[in-house]
Amino acid sequence: MTDALAGLGRFSLDALRALGHAAFFFVDLLRFSPAALRRFDLVVAQVHAIGNRSLLIIGASGLAVGFVLALQMYYALVTYGAAESLGLVVNLALVRELGPVVAALLFAGRAGTSLTAEIGLMKAGEQLAAMELMAIDPRARVLAPRFLGGIVAMPILALLFSTIGILGAYVVAVLLIGVDAGNFWSIMQAKVDVWRDLGNGIVKSAVFGLICTFVALYQGYECRATPEGVSQATTHTVVIASLGVLCMDFVLTALLFSTP
Amino acid sequence: MARFPLLTATVPRHPAPRRECPSPLSADAFIEIDHVSFGYDASRTILNDVSLRFERGKVTAILGGSGCGKTTLLRLIGGVHPVSRGRVVFDGETVDAADQAQLYRLRRRLGLLFQFGALFTDLSVFDNVAFPLREHTDLDEALVRDIVLMKLNAVGLRGAAGLRIAEVSGGMARRIALARAIALDPELIMYDEPFAGLDPISMGVAANLIRKLNDSTEATSVVVSHDVQECFAICDYAYLLSQGRVVAHGEPAQLNASQQPEVRQFIRGEPDGPVRFHYPAPPLAEDLGIAP
Repeated sequence: MTDALAGLGRFSLDALRALGHAAFFFVDLLRFSPAALRRFDLVVAQVHAIGNRSLLIIGASGLAVGFVLALQMYYALVTYGAAESLGLVVNLALVRELGPVVAALLFAGRAGTSLTAEIGLMKAGEQLAAMELMAIDPRARVLAPRFLGGIVAMPILALLFSTIGILGAYVVAVLLIGVDAGNFWSIMQAKVDVWRDLGNGIVKSAVFGLICTFVALYQGYECRATPEGVSQATTHTVVIASLGVLCMDFVLTALLFSTP
Repeated sequence: MARFPLLTATVPRHPAPRRECPSPLSADAFIEIDHVSFGYDASRTILNDVSLRFERGKVTAILGGSGCGKTTLLRLIGGVHPVSRGRVVFDGETVDAADQAQLYRLRRRLGLLFQFGALFTDLSVFDNVAFPLREHTDLDEALVRDIVLMKLNAVGLRGAAGLRIAEVSGGMARRIALARAIALDPELIMYDEPFAGLDPISMGVAANLIRKLNDSTEATSVVVSHDVQECFAICDYAYLLSQGRVVAHGEPAQLNASQQPEVRQFIRGEPDGPVRFHYPAPPLAEDLGIAP
């Protein structure tokens, strides 16, 4: 009994210590971000690199989700004679929810793991230590530009996901099923609010980008500098970032879409 | 202010004549390790009350077997880890590993050649050498180019400037790392195992280069190695470390003539002596289950 209590105490202390450590790391990233913004070329290079890594999988997944969503929604809506609402349902589902969330999960799996492995291998190859000994802080030179790059790239990817998803839904609904094209687009134009729906979707995806990039960089920077350590860190990135995105999605949905 | 002593530097084929070094070391120590003890954790002491002095403008070698704390010493000079006891003095200033502003100020005055180069694999050879110049100076890109090409010329790799790091051999990587380490003409150049894994030609070239760089830049050089003869050929003074302690120090000739058992064993590469080859273990027969 005493051992179990001691074990629980030790686990809690370790968890709190890790949380505190991560919080300090996050504050460091924020602290170095203004300096990174002043070297905007480094941030742009990271937006390009991080965005490019995920572009193909985001595009392909967006198209597939659009196809399936249109088909499923059509079967459901046609039962109630509401097939003309298909464009609206697909659009709202993608822009508000599926776009930011699915794109973030794919981002964590593709760009996130890549970032973790890159930083972890830089650590294992003593590149970060070399930078430190050149009086260059790797958090400022390597991590902060990637952090900002991830936050900027994520909403762009989510928008691309939603756009390609809507085009995919158009192909299935209008070209294959025969839903009226004018109806498909006009109901979207009439009912989808740019600020409330699109804007909040972008805010969500920026927060998800922050979570995924922060987790990826933290795992890479703090991993053991061994092949096992790097491989473990990449796995942790996917698990922690995905859970973080899903938890934060509920919180953000409750906050941003609380009124009908 | 950047100096350009390597503009016409060429690598000689034979060792440059060693300068005479006054013995013992004068009081003009650039780096002083003063009764330092250090361990990565409380249960494992790496360095135990060691004192060393690196004289300004001289090449000093730290010799010793693997795991005796040579690389750790370089890290302590760079302030990577705080010492457990004692102090490290850098040009009269005590290094405080907790004071980041001081550390970064001191680190701008040193260059470290890492054992495995630690080159940035996403950059080209040219960009690796240009990296500290671009980060620490506002020099015009044309001037950066000139300096980088001079440094690469000094290590014989001007022609490899456009290569990617994945395209260069281990020995070339070491020389590129050296060009990067001297890019800002540091006052202190530290070499971590500069001869490890090099073929005999590259080893001779590297040794010459270290001596020549030291003489032409008037820098202070610290060479950590276990290659006794290469080090003795270029250094002014040497320390021999064993099991976290300084067991001998002196000019190469003095160490060569030493009758001290640890020194003799290390210099002659003898398997038996005060330093054991085998990690402590029960008798082999007992482990194999064939003991009577």
